[in-house]
Amino acid sequence: MEENKPKYEVFIVNTAQYYTLHTKKYGMRKKWQPVDQNEVRSFIPGTILEIYVKPGQDVAAGENLIKYEAMKMQTILEMPFTGKVKEVNVEVGDKVSKGQVLILLEEEPVE
Amino acid sequence: MSLKRNILDLRRRKKEAQQGGGEAAIGKQVAMGKKTARERIKAILDENSFHEYDLFVEHTGKDFDMEKKVLHGDGVIIGTGTMYSQPVCIYAQDFTVAGGSLGLMHARKITKIMDHALKMRVPIIGINDSGGARIQEGVNSLAGYGEIFYRNTEASGVIPQLSVILGPCAGGAVYSPALTDFVFVVENISKMFITGPGVIKTVLGEEISMEELGGALVHSEITGNAHFYALSEDECFEQIKKLISFIPWNNTQKALRFPTQAPTFPVSIEDIVPSDPHYPYDIRDIIKAVSDSSDFFEIMELFARNIVIGFGRIAGNTVGFVANQPMYLAGVLDCDSSDKAARFIRYCDAFNIPIVTLEDMPGYLPGVDQEHAGVIRHGAKLLYAYSEATVPKVTVIIRKAYGGGYIAMNSRHLGADFVYAWPTAEIAVMGPEGAANIVFRKEIDEAENPAEMRKQKIQEYKDKFANPFVAASKGYIDEVIEPLETRARLIHSLEISENKVDKRPAKKHGIPPF
Repeated sequence: MEENKPKYEVFIVNTAQYYTLHTKKYGMRKKWQPVDQNEVRSFIPGTILEIYVKPGQDVAAGENLIKYEAMKMQTILEMPFTGKVKEVNVEVGDKVSKGQVLILLEEEPVE
Repeated sequence: MSLKRNILDLRRRKKEAQQGGGEAAIGKQVAMGKKTARERIKAILDENSFHEYDLFVEHTGKDFDMEKKVLHGDGVIIGTGTMYSQPVCIYAQDFTVAGGSLGLMHARKITKIMDHALKMRVPIIGINDSGGARIQEGVNSLAGYGEIFYRNTEASGVIPQLSVILGPCAGGAVYSPALTDFVFVVENISKMFITGPGVIKTVLGEEISMEELGGALVHSEITGNAHFYALSEDECFEQIKKLISFIPWNNTQKALRFPTQAPTFPVSIEDIVPSDPHYPYDIRDIIKAVSDSSDFFEIMELFARNIVIGFGRIAGNTVGFVANQPMYLAGVLDCDSSDKAARFIRYCDAFNIPIVTLEDMPGYLPGVDQEHAGVIRHGAKLLYAYSEATVPKVTVIIRKAYGGGYIAMNSRHLGADFVYAWPTAEIAVMGPEGAANIVFRKEIDEAENPAEMRKQKIQEYKDKFANPFVAASKGYIDEVIEPLETRARLIHSLEISENKVDKRPAKKHGIPPF
């Protein structure tokens, strides 16, 4: 067993370093990223039906941003806070995947 | 004279029905590298022991021109036979008959043999090879699945239930195997998923092959749905036979006893473990070094490899081993490993199999993904399973037993009957590195040479706490033993526990953190 030692990785638990192998699933894990409130993302894959806003437009909280269809259900994404639309990344008819950034927002500097 | 005619008629009818889907369909099955349902049953059971029932059952479909179709045996073969000369019940879906699709009578046959198995208190083996629900029979197919699931649940913990996936097993069909004790899969042949690649592509636009979505390796390595992975059907049948040799026929019996055999592992148990707790080794070598004939039958080998579970024998009796594996992820506990071990512990407890725990782990796997995946509730399953188990429970602490993991790995506090520690054991609230940073923070920060001071303090902590003697002084462990004494101690502990009685308060059932 000692002869052909596998290549161990360093693995840190409570500041102690251990030499060990990784599992496939561990290698597949996704790094966590903080949620950016300015990104409007699709929470399910689907098709864009309507876009209600344009870049540069001021939008009040609760107004409609985008309508898309997923698994025969139509969903309208609303403006989460009063602010400005910075970018619209999709067009009507686009197929979007889950978690894709559809619209970028900018918070109003007031308050 | 007339009797002879009747007998010949019966033979002709049997022969016809036993053809299943006919030559062309059988040819297709073979071309896919698959055996026929009948061949599979014969390969698993003792020679010439199979007795079939319901060969002449016909389907009841009336819609979509189904009434004109003859489906021999309605696409499933059921029967009884023996393994190691002991009775078992078995069914095998026949893909050559209407794709092994499940209609009302097909399901009735399966539930009939399941009812038999439960009543007779013998194991049931189900071979799945089916395109899914028979759409033409509509809600009757759904009813059939539901009735199978109900029986799976009823039989759970009473008789062993084995599922062998030798073909597609999709949609609702997957839940019967998921409810059973052990799932066997074979490379390139087994496919399990709720929603197939076709639907995923149309709805979600994600393209993936059947193998990548729900092939044998995916379920063995990633999802943890499968317990045994084989490269061929023959290898799979050998695994089934081997598993059956380790488990009792029902929950009132004990597993078959074999003559005691000495371990044959070539390396001395003293030479397996590096003394530096930061370096890995294969915990299975320790298991082999203490097991009869060094024969260890691992379960879920590829899933959550940071914990090892499986069966071996000690002095001729089956034991379930649960062991941290320093070789993978340093042997930490995480969502998957807790889940894997907890279910196995409950299996052992249900079927009167003593549990031997070998401990060497530095704690829980750190990370946002683990916390968000629910390591709290998954980790709690392990505490629950150990605490709940009333079978003999023996723990040997090999090296690291830190923090919550020390408690979780069948500590005295969760009801272990015997806890031993090697002199290399470090039973402490955390590893010396982490602990020194907290306990001696001030000294380290204020030192002229903090790195040197830290090193010194780590050693100080190590000498004081990272050993088995603090726990031994409180009686939390029963004895510090030399590695070479391990097998003898295990044999003795299990002998002593042979008639263990451990009564718990009466209840309908607990509410484990599923």
